[in-house]
Order: sequence, then C-alpha cells, then structure tokens
Amino acid sequence: MKFEPVIGLEIHTQLATASKIFCRCSTQYGALPNSNTCPVCLGLPGVLPVLNKKVLEFAVRLGLATHCTIRLDSQFSRKNYFYPDLPKAYQISQFDRPICENGWLDIEVGGKTKRIGITRIHMEEDAGKLIHDEEGGDSSYVDLNRAGVPLLEIVSEPDFRSAEEAKAYMEKIHSLVTYLEISDGDMEKGNLRCDANVSIRLSGEEKFGTRTETKNINSFRFVQQAIAYEIERQTEEVLDGREITQETRLWNADKKVTYSMRSKEEAHDYRYFPDPDLPVAHLSQQWVDSIQAQLPELPDAKQQRFVVDYGLRHEDAGRLVSDRAVADYYEEVLTAESDPKLAFNWVAVELGRVVNETKKSIREIGVPPLQLSQLIGMIADGSISGKIAKTVFEEMLRSGEAPRQIVEAKGLRQVSDPGALDKIAEEIIAKNPDQVQQYREGKSKVFGFFVGQVMKASKGQANPQIVNQLLKEKLDA
Amino acid sequence: MIAPIFELSLEQLVADIKKGQISAKSVMNAVYQNIEKHNASLNVFRSLLDKSRALAWAESIDAKVKNGESLGRLAGIPVTIKDNICILDTELKTTCGSKILENFHAPYHATVVEKLIKEDALVIGKTNMDEFAMGSSTENSAYAATRNPWDLERVPGGSSGAAAVSIAARMALLALGSDTGGSIRQPASMCGVTGIKPTYGVVSRYGLVAYGSSLDQIGCFAKSAEDCALGLSVIQGYDERDSTSAQVNYEEGLSEIDLSQLKFCLPLEYIDEKVADAEVIASVKELVSLLKKSGATIEERSLPLTQHLVPTYYILAFAEASSNLGRFDGIRYGSRKQNGDTLESLYKTSRSSGFGTEVKRRIMLGTFVLSAGYYDQYYGKAGKVRKMIENEVESLFTEFDFIIGPVSPFPAFKLGEKTEDPLLMYLADIYSVLANLTRTPAISIPTKLSASGLPIGTQLIGRKFQDAYLLSTAVAIQKLTDYHKVRAPQFKG
Repeated sequence: MKFEPVIGLEIHTQLATASKIFCRCSTQYGALPNSNTCPVCLGLPGVLPVLNKKVLEFAVRLGLATHCTIRLDSQFSRKNYFYPDLPKAYQISQFDRPICENGWLDIEVGGKTKRIGITRIHMEEDAGKLIHDEEGGDSSYVDLNRAGVPLLEIVSEPDFRSAEEAKAYMEKIHSLVTYLEISDGDMEKGNLRCDANVSIRLSGEEKFGTRTETKNINSFRFVQQAIAYEIERQTEEVLDGREITQETRLWNADKKVTYSMRSKEEAHDYRYFPDPDLPVAHLSQQWVDSIQAQLPELPDAKQQRFVVDYGLRHEDAGRLVSDRAVADYYEEVLTAESDPKLAFNWVAVELGRVVNETKKSIREIGVPPLQLSQLIGMIADGSISGKIAKTVFEEMLRSGEAPRQIVEAKGLRQVSDPGALDKIAEEIIAKNPDQVQQYREGKSKVFGFFVGQVMKASKGQANPQIVNQLLKEKLDA
Repeated sequence: MIAPIFELSLEQLVADIKKGQISAKSVMNAVYQNIEKHNASLNVFRSLLDKSRALAWAESIDAKVKNGESLGRLAGIPVTIKDNICILDTELKTTCGSKILENFHAPYHATVVEKLIKEDALVIGKTNMDEFAMGSSTENSAYAATRNPWDLERVPGGSSGAAAVSIAARMALLALGSDTGGSIRQPASMCGVTGIKPTYGVVSRYGLVAYGSSLDQIGCFAKSAEDCALGLSVIQGYDERDSTSAQVNYEEGLSEIDLSQLKFCLPLEYIDEKVADAEVIASVKELVSLLKKSGATIEERSLPLTQHLVPTYYILAFAEASSNLGRFDGIRYGSRKQNGDTLESLYKTSRSSGFGTEVKRRIMLGTFVLSAGYYDQYYGKAGKVRKMIENEVESLFTEFDFIIGPVSPFPAFKLGEKTEDPLLMYLADIYSVLANLTRTPAISIPTKLSASGLPIGTQLIGRKFQDAYLLSTAVAIQKLTDYHKVRAPQFKG
C-alpha cells in the first residue's frame, strides 16, 4: 500500500508595526513584563478597540504579493474562549469576511515549481504569555506585553504533498514578509509560527483522510520534522489497522515527536460573531491600487532578473534572492562593475559562510559592499590572486580595513612584472640543476616544482600565469 | 432659601454661580441635605463622595469665581453617574451593581467623566443599578433594590433606576445613565423626570462597561428637557477612542420649534389596550390632543414589525453580553474565588459566585444563540430583522418628524411583583427597544400622574443625529405641560 500525505499550513506572522493593533502601546520585544500595556490591551471593563491603520496596509501588501482578492469591506469578529493570556476572553480576529482571499504562491522543491493555493489571510491580535513558576512552585504569571500585537494569519489550501514542500512554503512566506517589510521575520522571537494540518490517504484516492493539527511550530526545520513525524505516525496507525483521531497535537522539539493536546470532542466552539465595537473596515480600490504600485520587487521577479541580467544560474539566483538583504547587498557589490559570477561566489559562498558561522546578518558582518567590490576588482585586474584574496578577506573581517589598504600595507600585490620574476626564475633554475636535468630528460611533472619554488620565493605574490610562461621559455630553451 | 436652587434651570443656576449670586457650596449643601435625609430609604448610591470633600470641591469653584477665573458650562453642578461608567477616584468605585466588581476602582476616567470635569461639574457619586444594566427595575442590583420616591413600595424602573431617583429626589441636578433597551427612558418615566437616550454614536462609550455594545448608549436625566440639552451638549462629541463614535457636528443649541409644523406618527401597536395600561394610553392621548391643539399633525399608523422588537432585541443584547462579560474571570481584577486548584474551577467558582441570577441567565442564553448550529437561526436572523426594522423606521421618518408613544406599558410596579417571571419583565421594554435597535434618539418626558399618584412619561423618538431637534421639541412641549415640575410629595425640599 502506498500512502500520500495531504498537508495544509496556517502561518501566523507578527507584524512590525510600532504600536499594537487596537491601542497605542509599544510592540517592543523583551520589555519588562506588563510594561507595554494600557487599559485597552489589559481588557479592563469599559475599554474599546481602535484599529491601527498600518495593520490594514500591511495585510493588503501581503495579499497583493500573494495574488489574493482584497475585500474592500472586511470585518472583525470575536473569537470567544477563556484563557488567562486572553484578557477580554475573546480574541479580535476575522471570520467570514477576511481581508484577503483566493491567492497563490509558487514554491520550488527539487528543481520543480509548484503552485500553492492561499485560502485566506486575515488580521488578528496576539494573546499574552503565561510564565510558569520556574522554581517548581504551582504559580503561573501573566505577561500581557504581547497581548494586542498585530498578526496576519495566512491559511493555505491543502496543497502540499511532502514535508519538504511545506518547509519551502514557510521559507517563501518568510522571505515575502521580509521583502514587504511587514514583519521582522525573527524566528527566535516567534515572528513566524505555524500550525500544520496533516492527513494521509491511499495514493489515487480522492477523499481526504482524517487530519490532525499540530500547533505552534516555530522553525523551518521543525515544520519539516513535525510533518514528517506525523506522516510516519499516521501511516503506522493505519497499517496497524487503527483509525486516525481528529485532534490537536503539539510538537516536542527535544524528543522530536508530536503528542496529543485535545481531541475533537474537547474542541472549542468559538461562537464567532461580528465585533460590534469595530465598524466594517472600508477600503477604496484607489488606496489598494496605490499600495500595489508601491510594492517592492518580489523574490520571484528578482530571481528571474538576476538570471537574465547577470547570467547567473537559476539556483544561484534563487540562493541570493531568498533573503532580501543578501540580494540587495549583491546588487550593491555589482554597482562598481564587478563580475556578476565572481560576485555571486563571494557573496553567496564566502560571505554566506561567515553569516552561517557568526549568525549575524550580512550587513552586520562589517564588510561594506563597495569594499567587497574593490576586492573582486583586484582579482579581476590581476592585482592579487584568488588565493591572496582570501587572505585579504580574512583581514577585512578582522580589521574592517579596505582591501586596497591591506594589500598595500602588507605588500600583497601580485607581481606581474616580467623583469622582477625573470630574476627569481633564473635564481631557482641555477639552484636546482638536478631538477633541470630531469625536466629536460622528459619528466614534465617537475615543471610544477619550479612553479612552486618561484611562488614560494615571491611569497605567493607572483602572477602564476606569467611565472608559467617565463619558466617554459627558460627550461624549454 | 434653598428652594430656588431647584427651581432654576441648570443654565440659569450655572450663570448665577459664575456671577457669585449663588454659591456652589450652597448648591452642594442642598443636595447633601436631601442625600442625608433620604438615601437610607431610597438606596440611591453605590458610592458617594464624603460630604466634606464634596463641599471643599464646591468651595474651590466659588474661590475661582471670586478670583475671576473662567469656569466651564457646568460649574459647580452636582452630578451623579451610573455605576457602570468608569471614574478614577479613591472613594468612587465602579461595581456595575455586581458582586464580581465589589471592590473595583477603575484606573481611568470614561470619556464622559473627562468631559464633565472639564466643564467643572462635580461628580459626587455612583448610582445603583441592575447588575450590569440587566433589568428593568433596579431590583437586580447585588446590593439591594432602589426605591421609587413616589411610592417606597414600588420600583423606580431600571436599569438606571437610581440615576432617575437621584434627580427625582434632588440629590443631584444632572445624572448620567446608560440605555441599552430603555434603561434611561423607562426609569425617567416611572420617576417623573426627563431622560434622553441620544443617537447611537453621539456620546462616546469609552469607559462605559459594555452590556450590549451595538445598543448601549450613555445619556442623561434632569428635571427638564432644557437641562438635559445642556447635559448632552457637554457629554456628546466624537471620540477617537470609540470607533463607533459618530463624526457628525452635533448642533448643540436648542432652537425655537413651531409645533404646528410638526408631524407625529402614533403607531397603533403602541396604544394597544391588550398590552398597555389604560392610564398609559390615556397619557399619550392627552399629549396628542394637546399637540393637535397647537396645530401639529398626528397620524396613527400600523408598525407590523413591533411584535418582533423584543425577541430581536434580547437575542442581540444577550449574545453581545455573553461575550462582553467573559472578561470577568477572577484573573486580573474583581473577586476571585477558588474551589480546588484547577484553572477551570477558578473560572467556574469566581463567575458562579460573582454573577447574579439574571446575569447568568442572559450569559447562558447569549452563549446559546451564538453556538455552532444555532447562530443562523438566532443571532444571524436577529441581525437581519434589525436591519428590516431600521429600514422601516427610516422610511417612516421620511414622512414624519417624530414617533410618539408610551415609554413603558405600565407605571412603576411593586417590588417583587415581576421578579418571578423574567418574560413579563422583558415585555416592559416593548416600546423602548425600538430606538436602540434603530440607533435613533429618544426622550421620555413626564406627561401624567396616574389615579394613584404615579408619574407616567411619554416617549418621542426622532431621526438619527437630530438629537437637538428632539430636545428642542421636548422643550416646546414642556412649555405646554407642567408635569415635569410636579415633585414626589414626600421628597419636596
């Protein structure tokens, strides 16, 4: 029996507005507990919500970027349930009239492009946070700094057929929200969280199987692992002749397993109804159009342009554009007419390695794009060799100095002057008569020995092409 | 002489205080004299300023007068506010008539309180009410019922019963209440005072503890329509903290009304003797003939949707209430009771012991009508009916200036008379909920005394955002009648 997984994702992204969605409190992360609060986000008796217009704008930006239809009269609804992190006992969200609907997004897995449907995107407020007593006591504390921080929930169609596809989609959403500058996309701070709906069915079957929902997955790696685990678990259940229970599950990142949180029978009836405190959010088509006009170039278009304009390979362009900061950095390097392919190597491979090692962003590393461009220029015009360039690069990272200064100060400039190299070559040939003999007797491998000796004597600065040419002339003479 | 203070119009009194002809302190003394004499039997206040503090406050107004400082439009006027309107004060709590907020001091001022303070009004106390404004008699207060000054065995109406009494017994000269389904107009009618529920959105709800958010509106009580107009001119206005607040220019001033130019609609269903007491119908008819004498046009008309008003109102109000009252969970404020150590037991015990029977009934019914599988049948349908009623009333207002009719089907009833049958109590709202469902302004003015000496009011409902026009008309009518000047026999003073 062969099974096919069917997966849908609900992604919550925290928006990078300065203030909360329904009050003027700061959204600053990491403030003292309950310091970013006011009567409104504390849900005190008598308070009323006032919509932060920036949230509407951000929602429309993402909706347009994902080819959604924008609803010009969307409405907020109350989702009612009790929990100590939810001060009003209802979350202001959207239900039957969400702001964005019927969009799509292309992802790429294993060199193949796949279109994923987006059912809807809606605006809502985040809940607070419960902090459980760390000293083993039985108290829990409520921090409402996060209560009222704006979120967009992006609901996909059940279009994924593998954990890899789901991961690629989450990465794509991450890339989009940062391109659109609507979220910081900081995974560590929970800026992007996802719920995965997973079911399996026999290959060829049309009907969906019973699904489970694994909630609150907060990294790309975890989304892949959790879904892969669920597929395997459900497959085993079915093979063992058991039914899949419709339930909500949680991901345990330490044990790498999902576990049951509540079953369908225990599921809430949220009693959604339109929030009478918030009038319908009327938008004009003109305003939506002006946002459309201001959208930045998005990753897919940028990737295409990099291929066409810079002659990069499709995958290489993809590597650059997945992070807007990297793509922008790359193009700044190119402004000084650097060779695009050489620049790709330096940005994606060399700098990419440093980004991975240091966990810093590309701008935080301390190598300005123009300096990297200078370094690449020096390789291209023969001032330094590729090998020396790596030494110079290390020094740039260490000292923050410009490559030209480093090369001058350390005397690393490549020696291409035939006169200077001629003298070194003569000396090496004179010092090694035995090897000269061997070479002339036909052992052509010995040639490499001479090249090495000249390079060594020049402290690596000799231009290898000229050294080759000189030695050939002298030894073959 | 104390008496003239209560005979003057508010505007005149404020002018006299500003001129130094009457001291704010003497006004304060006069109201505290009534409070000291009658509060024990009437049970008006949930919390009250200490007299010395109130007097000191009044003296500070007088000192400003002496120094020639400019003062606001309600300078030195003692005002009461209903106990569901938030005020930041060490003495004044905001209990909403509920045990669950027994010791709750709001950490902020409602917008209306800020506006009162800005105009130098003196907020002296919080008036008793049906718990969370759920009731029509003020018997549902967790802190004992308020009594009607016209007959201590009778209720003052509700839910803003004590606010109406604070005016009837001259314990204040302006009282703020809230009206979700008649909670200002019905007690005004039963206590012989004037009370207006403004157009939805004219007065900010910020700081009003919500019952039915799409229906709730703050309004005021006073001894005349003219005084109500001054009160409303102070508390109205767009508020950026309330998204349902209206962005319209409210015409503050009263205008001269020529009654002969007006056209009133008298719905046949409102004078149905199977529903309303004969004396109530007589009260309306007497006013109608007075208006006719002045040359006004009155036309009887059938409003067939009337039968749907009460069920529609209660479904919407209960549904919204069930959500609005979720926040009283014992976690952050209010009373917390625990039986066992689970979160669920904390919720259950706090809410079971904190809420009264009527509140629980409404939360449960409201939860039911929003439940999966029942939403379309109840809440969804009620919303559609509301829309139909709004359309019907709107088209009526293309022909008429006002709808005229009773406020309540009966005058003040005896304490305990209707507490056993909630449905009977709900029917008391049959004439008043229309204005809330259609978001229109409505006023109750005293127009009769029953044979047993109980006041009866008549209601005028106006077009949306024509609150000033409605008040101006009420002022014109009060020039034809003297019922608003009649005082409860034992409480003159």
